[in-house]
Amino acid sequence: MSDTLIPGVYQTTKLDRALGWARKYSIFMYPFVTACCGMEYMSVASSHYDIDRFGAGLPRFSPRQADVLIVVGTISQKMAPVLRRVYDQMCEPKWVIAFGACASVGGPYDNYSTLQGIDRIVPVDIYIPGCPPRPEMILDGLMKLQEKIQNQKQDLI
Amino acid sequence: MTPEELISRLATDLPKLNLKGWVDKEHAVVELPAANIPELFKFLKTTPDYDFKMFLDLTAVDWFEIRKPRFDVVYHLLSIEHNHRLRIKAQVEEGEAVPTITKIWEVADWFEREVWDLYGIKFTGHPNLKRILMYDEFKGHPLRKDYPYDKRQPLIAETWPVRKIQVKMKEADVIHRP
Repeated sequence: MSDTLIPGVYQTTKLDRALGWARKYSIFMYPFVTACCGMEYMSVASSHYDIDRFGAGLPRFSPRQADVLIVVGTISQKMAPVLRRVYDQMCEPKWVIAFGACASVGGPYDNYSTLQGIDRIVPVDIYIPGCPPRPEMILDGLMKLQEKIQNQKQDLI
Repeated sequence: MTPEELISRLATDLPKLNLKGWVDKEHAVVELPAANIPELFKFLKTTPDYDFKMFLDLTAVDWFEIRKPRFDVVYHLLSIEHNHRLRIKAQVEEGEAVPTITKIWEVADWFEREVWDLYGIKFTGHPNLKRILMYDEFKGHPLRKDYPYDKRQPLIAETWPVRKIQVKMKEADVIHRP
């Protein structure tokens, strides 16, 4: 490494930019999969579309190890306290993706049993529309999230 | 047995149960008072000629403001041996109870809990009649026609302020709901 660099040359950056760069390429997802959108999520996660290219290939099934809560599918009123609790258990910094129409606004289920969008109980960073969304759309949403992580002010905890 | 034969034979075999039968789209239907349900079902399950071994479905219909009595309780049975089916209906007024059939078919346990949960029809003699789909804090029975379609009973408070704009728009009557 050292012999490829010109001696005496160094790079400067801002701490925010450097941390954002590190964080956006090491996203550990927590997939909160409750419905049929899960099939699309699996297809994105496996080799054909391969979200590992974006550094998000390692799903963690404990909220304490995850950075991004990705809510995939319909959330019923009965499930809402569970989702809120999972969100509260995640460590800062954390982000949330609402995956598909149901998680974003309730989808076709405008009735007594369904939560009309998870943004009623947790803050959402990225909404991915579609019923279910195409894998390309999910990758696009993921890149939008990476952009957001890169450009935000990084809290040092 | 064809549906027509099934109905006529049932009426002659069980004259004291007040059976009323007809054929609906090639499907045999029998209607009777709710109190006679356990007796009929025991007969249908144990008599070899009918041999209805399989309990398929139990549901209810709400005829709110259209008919009195208000509810229909609907059962579906299947005989695997003879390949014939039967639909059994009983009319129930609001507040009336239906005798349970969990002693004849144990599988009816969860069906009866579901009907109680969503329609509020009670089943006397049921071992554990409580809500099965909705949460315990839920008030009312959501599939009744007089349950408001846009009524929500959230379990936790809607804390995040994103929806405040929508609420304001609703107050200003911008969003039209049919």
